Amino acid sequence: MPGRVLLVANGQAVDAAAVPRLPPEEFQQILSDAVTAGARVSAYYGQALPGQPEAVLVTAVLANDAEGRLGLLATVAGESLPSLAEECPSLQLFERELAEQFGVVPLGHPWLKPVRYEHPMGGKGAARGTAAARPTIPGDTPFFAVTGEEVHEVAVGPVHAGIIEPGHFRFQCHGEHVFHLEISLGYQHRAIERMLLGGPSRRTTVLVESIAGDTAVGHAVASARAVEGLAGVEAPPRAAALRAVALELERLANHVGDLGALAGDVGYLPAASFCGALRADYLNALAEICGNRFGRGLVVPGGVRFDLPAEAGVRLAVRLALTWEKVEEAAGLFFESASVRNRTDGTGLLGKEVAVQLGMVGPAARGSGLTVDVRRSHPFPPYTATRVPAVTASSGDVFARAWVRLEEARHSARLVGEWLRALPPGEVRSELPALAPHRLAVSLVEGWRGELCHAVTTGGDGRFDRYKVVDASFHDWMGLQQALRAEQISDFPLCNKSFNLSYCGHDL
Amino acid sequence: MLFTALQLAAFLVLPPLLLGVIGRVKSRVAGREGPPLLQPWRDLLRLAGKGAVYSRTTTWVFRAGPVVGLAAILAAGLLMPLGAPSATVAFAGDFALLASLLGLARFVTVVAALDTGSSFEGMGAAREVTFSALAEPALFLGLVSLARSTGGLDLTHLLGDGLAVAWRSDASSLLLVALSIFVVALAENARIPVDDPATHLELTMIHEVMVLDHSGPDLALIQYGAALKLYLFGALVVKLALGARLADPAAAFAAFLAGQLAFAAAIGLVEATMARLRLVRVPQLLIGASVLSGFALVLLLRT
Repeated sequence: MPGRVLLVANGQAVDAAAVPRLPPEEFQQILSDAVTAGARVSAYYGQALPGQPEAVLVTAVLANDAEGRLGLLATVAGESLPSLAEECPSLQLFERELAEQFGVVPLGHPWLKPVRYEHPMGGKGAARGTAAARPTIPGDTPFFAVTGEEVHEVAVGPVHAGIIEPGHFRFQCHGEHVFHLEISLGYQHRAIERMLLGGPSRRTTVLVESIAGDTAVGHAVASARAVEGLAGVEAPPRAAALRAVALELERLANHVGDLGALAGDVGYLPAASFCGALRADYLNALAEICGNRFGRGLVVPGGVRFDLPAEAGVRLAVRLALTWEKVEEAAGLFFESASVRNRTDGTGLLGKEVAVQLGMVGPAARGSGLTVDVRRSHPFPPYTATRVPAVTASSGDVFARAWVRLEEARHSARLVGEWLRALPPGEVRSELPALAPHRLAVSLVEGWRGELCHAVTTGGDGRFDRYKVVDASFHDWMGLQQALRAEQISDFPLCNKSFNLSYCGHDL
Repeated sequence: MLFTALQLAAFLVLPPLLLGVIGRVKSRVAGREGPPLLQPWRDLLRLAGKGAVYSRTTTWVFRAGPVVGLAAILAAGLLMPLGAPSATVAFAGDFALLASLLGLARFVTVVAALDTGSSFEGMGAAREVTFSALAEPALFLGLVSLARSTGGLDLTHLLGDGLAVAWRSDASSLLLVALSIFVVALAENARIPVDDPATHLELTMIHEVMVLDHSGPDLALIQYGAALKLYLFGALVVKLALGARLADPAAAFAAFLAGQLAFAAAIGLVEATMARLRLVRVPQLLIGASVLSGFALVLLLRT
């Protein structure tokens, strides 16, 4: 569809005006056709139009994984748009978000509820003053209910017994059998998108690192690449390599930690203890590079803040190789124990078809047989030179998601070793000029949880006019709800851990 | 007399240490140091020093639960030979009373849980009742097998010197009973693979979720009662497995305590090396235990 969809590469900046503004019918037709043809919706967001308080510019970012291109298209909406959620379920949460942020009501949406109870950003929603009219309390909405004499409802959260983030879970059960689970989030909303407006500034990096604390490197890279695109510079090769090392170390730390947490949830102590300890090795490696165990402060627009001396890189590579051997042993305990496999195999099934429909990303999607991986489909240096092998499992259960994590971690461990031993020479940071006005850049990064999308638009002054963040969790929470259908309620914590989605990444 | 007093004193003091041993074994296997052995006692004292919080929806049933539960288990302790030559109180058929007292303790815990009206506690109560209904036959069949094998009708004789003879003639049956009772002990005391006492995940709990609303001294009573119950089941397993007759009561008492230590270590090892069963599989395990006890009885009746 040349002319009606603007095709760009990952991280490439374009004139905001070059994004075709189509009539709503045509916009929706293309969107629906593209999703049916296999494109994924990476972002779908609104933006206030200057001087037009009642109109909202709706932009869709479609990822074409086969060709490695992003398709951009837009439309101007008034107070409503017909809902596409029935035919493209992956759009349902985006439409709810658009209704909440800009008051664009998706007509015919099957389950129009608030997403995170934030105040409107503009459009008709702001004009109507919904925020003042109704106090926004997370969780204060009707829930999907099953009726019947023996049906009972179990409400969990938002305050939990363990140290986890707040979220409300509503189960419709018959005894131990779960008919339906509905998840209500929003408790962690901090208005990050709003706080990012007016950037880039020194706060920008700190803010994006706080989107999800366990994905600090992932979001920092996504943001830095978007800003570099807008500024028209590229990070030096050495910086790109160090970023990739940090990104893969973050993946290793979280995947290994997740295997341990899964073992802990089924009460299997050996793997739980060892994986928990080994996770710390990867975090310490990150600290060795940048002084922070979660990789904060490493990635900045233009490059990285800290260089790694050559001998330190080799030393780190040697040590991480030893750590990986121990991970193999600990994971072996986990995957070869009959009592563990009894819990993981066949639990929390998510079929490939449903995963595709919901637009799932990350290990959760790959466990259901999808090959979606930004590092493969929309690579940036050094992933352009070093191809990451595809890791998928077909069973779609807790075991599959655990196994995908182990295999991915194995490739990450190998890549980190290779990169650390052969860091390209040169600078680690290039000067960042002022951003060009009225430009749009979309940056995709494969964080450890899946695709992270930062879509950034600059205004006339070269400052952020709209900063849209889509965390992997935003795509995947619905998958957890689906995976719980017809499961045992006692298996919920295990299923939940196998997805391990971010609450604050969703809530922004 | 001295040993009767001694066994009662040990019954009141040692059970929390058993929990300490389990914790230490688990930690050591996982490569950690683990909490001090006295930690369970410290936790009990800490809880006892706190105030209690009562929900406005609860009634006297909720408050009576921990007290009656502990009293029932203490009474059960009087019926069990705990190292001394005989139990503190013994009469024909007292093993039925023992099982009933344990049942009473469970009943009041379940009723107190239901009294809160919380969906969690209702869920836990349903699980507890379902599983104990399956565990009780295993226990009863096991005790009846022992009665048949030793010819005694009170716990002192069931678990007394007669066992030494019985191990020689009915070893296969007794082995089955011992296995079955060990499984029941794991289930009744909320240990892995049936329940995970260390978990914080409400939705997976069985026993713990029923006592979520109890706090302070009430919770201390419940946890103390749980420790005592573990000690009672430990006594059952140890006495049964020990089998041998020791003439010197002091040596017998020491052997009993060593056996309890081994029992705790065995539980710790099971917990350290096994994952929890899927909840739907627990009934299969318990029915398996009942079948083992049943087989034991069939073997005994045949001879």
